[in-house]
Amino acid sequence: MRSQEPRSSSSCAACKFMKRRCTLHCLFAPYFRADEPKKFAKVHKVFGASNVTKILNEVPEPQRQDAVNSLVFEAEQRLKDPVYGCIGAIASLQDKMFQLQHDLAVAKARLARCSTRTSYPSCSTTSPFSMLDGEFGMTSFDAFVVDQGCGLTTELRQHPFP
Amino acid sequence: MHRFHKLDKMTSTRCAVCKYFRRRCPPDCIFAPYFPNDNPQRFTCVHRFYGASNIGKMLEEMPVQLRADAVESLYYEAKCRIQDPVYGCVGIITSLHRQIQIAQSQLAKAQAEISFLDANFVGVEPTSSLSESLVQQNGVEHDLDDPFSTWFY
Repeated sequence: MRSQEPRSSSSCAACKFMKRRCTLHCLFAPYFRADEPKKFAKVHKVFGASNVTKILNEVPEPQRQDAVNSLVFEAEQRLKDPVYGCIGAIASLQDKMFQLQHDLAVAKARLARCSTRTSYPSCSTTSPFSMLDGEFGMTSFDAFVVDQGCGLTTELRQHPFP
Repeated sequence: MHRFHKLDKMTSTRCAVCKYFRRRCPPDCIFAPYFPNDNPQRFTCVHRFYGASNIGKMLEEMPVQLRADAVESLYYEAKCRIQDPVYGCVGIITSLHRQIQIAQSQLAKAQAEISFLDANFVGVEPTSSLSESLVQQNGVEHDLDDPFSTWFY
């Protein structure tokens, strides 16, 4: 017998792509099904199979599906935008966040003005809405991004890179 | 002496990539402008996830003027992946999505409150233009929703 391991009846997408035998304990098989060949092709093009193997081996098994999903997403973004990849998406979302924060500040100022100028005696108590929680319950965006610790704060606000 | 002088010259001008691979750094090395030899950590960080040959292919396929930004973005993504091996920078994107959804919800409530006050109070200045502009800006135009709603929620 050439091999002790039984031959898999169906190779996973990774082993099919790399034209190798897919074993029972193939690391890729649970995450790259045979009916999703493009998924592995994208990840392979950006990261390479050996790097994906290392990344998955560093992650606990229960979290590997999420890790693969994030790698697939990053690969797709990189293929769509070879220069900025996911960073372009982050910069775009940050811009939208800053715009929303500005709009909320404007709305809050307007509401404060309305409540001081209106002639309705008990507007603040009869309003059907009860969302005014100081800063609208939002955490500071700057604090959030800094906490991620990746240095993506002020640089990305103006331009992805200085 | 001549041999050592030549070796010193080669060593001092090698980029971080060629130094890592212990090879001669040619004058037209594609990596040299972006991986200087005084910052070896930058390359090891990127190489850990992408591999030098993939990085080289990516750089070759794009105009020269965009390569610096491409290397920066690869470096940021690699740093994110080191900090969060499971989600990498995708974790930041999902968190931003959540914060944007919260902010949109709060903004919608504020707009409704403003409209209520406008409709019921006397002497309040017209606000239709502000409300309308806020409503128009409420939508988030991006195509990143579907992957996250499928995976993480």
